[in-house]
Amino acid sequence: MRLTEIPQEELYQGSLGCSGCGSTLAVRLTLKALGRRAIFVVPAACISTVSCYFPQTPFRVPMLVMAFAATGAAISGMSAALKRQGKSDITVVGFAGDGGTVDIGLQSLSCALEGGRKFIYICYDNEAYMNTGVQRSGATPYGATTATTPGRHFEDKPKKDMMRIVAAHDIPYAATACVSYPQDYIDKVQRAAAIDGPTYIHVLCPCPPGWGYPTERTIEIGRMAVECGLWSLTELRDGRFVPTHTPRRRRDPSQYYAAQARFREFRSGQG
Amino acid sequence: MGERKFLHANAAIAHGVRLARVPVVAAYPITPQTSIVEKIASFLAEGEMEAEYIKVESEHSALAACLGASAVGSRAFTATSSQGLEFMHEMLAYVSGGRYPLVLAAVNRSVALPWSIWGDQQDSIQQRDTGWIQLYLETAQEALDTTLQAYRIAEDHRVLTPVMLCVDGFLLSHTEEIVEVPDQAAVDAFLPPLDLPFKLDVDYPATQGMGAFGQQYARWRAEQQQAMGRARGVIGEVDAAFGVAFGRSYGGLVEAYRMEGAELALVAMGGIVGTAREVVDEMRAEGRPVGLMKVRAYRPLPRAEIRAALNGLRAVAVVDRDCSFGYEGALCTDLKAALHGLASPPAVYGFIAGLGGSDVPPEMLRDIIERAAAGEASKDEGEFVGI
Ligand SMILES: Cc1ncc(C[n+]2csc(CCOP(=O)(O)OP(=O)(O)O)c2C)c(N)n1
Ligand code: SF4
Repeated sequence: MRLTEIPQEELYQGSLGCSGCGSTLAVRLTLKALGRRAIFVVPAACISTVSCYFPQTPFRVPMLVMAFAATGAAISGMSAALKRQGKSDITVVGFAGDGGTVDIGLQSLSCALEGGRKFIYICYDNEAYMNTGVQRSGATPYGATTATTPGRHFEDKPKKDMMRIVAAHDIPYAATACVSYPQDYIDKVQRAAAIDGPTYIHVLCPCPPGWGYPTERTIEIGRMAVECGLWSLTELRDGRFVPTHTPRRRRDPSQYYAAQARFREFRSGQG
Repeated sequence: MGERKFLHANAAIAHGVRLARVPVVAAYPITPQTSIVEKIASFLAEGEMEAEYIKVESEHSALAACLGASAVGSRAFTATSSQGLEFMHEMLAYVSGGRYPLVLAAVNRSVALPWSIWGDQQDSIQQRDTGWIQLYLETAQEALDTTLQAYRIAEDHRVLTPVMLCVDGFLLSHTEEIVEVPDQAAVDAFLPPLDLPFKLDVDYPATQGMGAFGQQYARWRAEQQQAMGRARGVIGEVDAAFGVAFGRSYGGLVEAYRMEGAELALVAMGGIVGTAREVVDEMRAEGRPVGLMKVRAYRPLPRAEIRAALNGLRAVAVVDRDCSFGYEGALCTDLKAALHGLASPPAVYGFIAGLGGSDVPPEMLRDIIERAAAGEASKDEGEFVGI
């Protein structure tokens, strides 16, 4: 989609998210890609917490807050029911954080991917349990400090390779994305929506308070992740991840680490 | 008229689900529940039922999938037992709090440790406070009939609260009896299609599963409690309507059996009520003033009916197939509380029997009644019998 074609209509507006939040931006972009014929399912996470307090909601599409571990199951049930009702034009979207996806929700997601029903599962990856105050998740990268990997005891395992887990399910569509590349992301959401089966998108969403950078740098930080080769924009095609965007310039990863407080101890350890 | 078949309660429930035209079923295997969903799977395979069967990877997911279906306005069903019901615990509260009118068959089984596949009611009793209506059933026929009643109760706009059908493992789930399976047309007349006052609809977008704090939260809970209160009336109404339509009914919330002129009563839930009827008949034949109260609805607790039935009796023996450790059987405690303040309350004796599938033969029930009649048992805490 061209930049000028991105719909002006806001279907997610007025959340309580932090300024500069990459995750709420991902919701906005998802709904710009899908329009009004979508139903959102969000488990316990920042997005549900900054969105839905009775009687207010920033969602202009139907939306359901789900138990932390159960997004995959809930979207399967919903998709099955809509199929029975003959409403195949509605896109069911599971929208879960990295903790809700790669940790507690993995079992339910795996079964949903096997099950073959039509939905888009989007993991918005801010690389920690942000909602509960920045604790590490399986998606926290090597070197990051969090509340449970504090100071010098920064995360000492690499980020879980969720895409290989997803790919092992042999689903019709899977992609990685980053909110800093809105057109690429919107295209992927639309491609997923067109498929009659389970699809998965893993979108990197920088988080100013969790990562430790000024709020106005979210887009830039996401771009740096890609330009430094620490994250890539890809699609799964015939079992292989094919890049959908190759950065024109490559940057030194030390710039990425230097820009975020969460890597301070890791960098100082590097001398 | 329906068709008479030789069925165990699990198959009877599967027929109920088929007849209720449930479009979404999600379940995970566990003994002694499994044959319900196996039967449903065979109905689907043979084209006798049309539904989406979601083969989930856990009970937590089974109930979450049902919730998802209900949220967009479809009826759904799941069944489980024991560890499976425990594994669902979080989702049970999501479903009742979200007011999704689902029906779940809990085929009662003891919980680990020590693990045992055999029956008692510890599993569903442990879920008492999750906000579900709990109906404890006595026969396979009642299980089929109550599956149909359960959807009508749960989906009633005055109630909108999920129903747990509690069916004793093995005692009912694996013993066959003659069951009349109603006609589809008669069921369709009794149970209209699901009509939810709210559902997720792209043409009328709304959010479900909201956060609410403090007073808002408390009000939400108060509404659940009021709905449970209204469910008392609706359970009775629906059972009576079922009686008119099919010629069978079960007393609604409680059934008082041979309570005329009784001075002593046995109180029980579920499959052992069948044995208790025999014991009461026997003792009545000997001229003993003994009656029986079957508690069919445990939640909502039929307080008024319990008080009316037991007021003025000399002694009551309550049989629990569960234990609230550190106190006594759960039904016993609830019964004592329900009777509190009566002008002439009976002495209440609690007995814990039939755990882990141990047998509760007629002699044991008779002995329990005799002990209560003689005032020999403890009024303070549940007494384990048969160990
Ligand atoms: C069963 C369960 N365990 C724990 C929690 C507490 N909890 C709520 S949100 C959350 C973290 C969510 O992290 P993630 O999925 O990464 O999303 P984020 O908040 O980072 O957007 C946790 C631990 C819960 N709601 N449910
Ligand atoms: S903590 Fe991070 S993910 Fe959560 S709302 Fe704030 S910026 Fe967004």
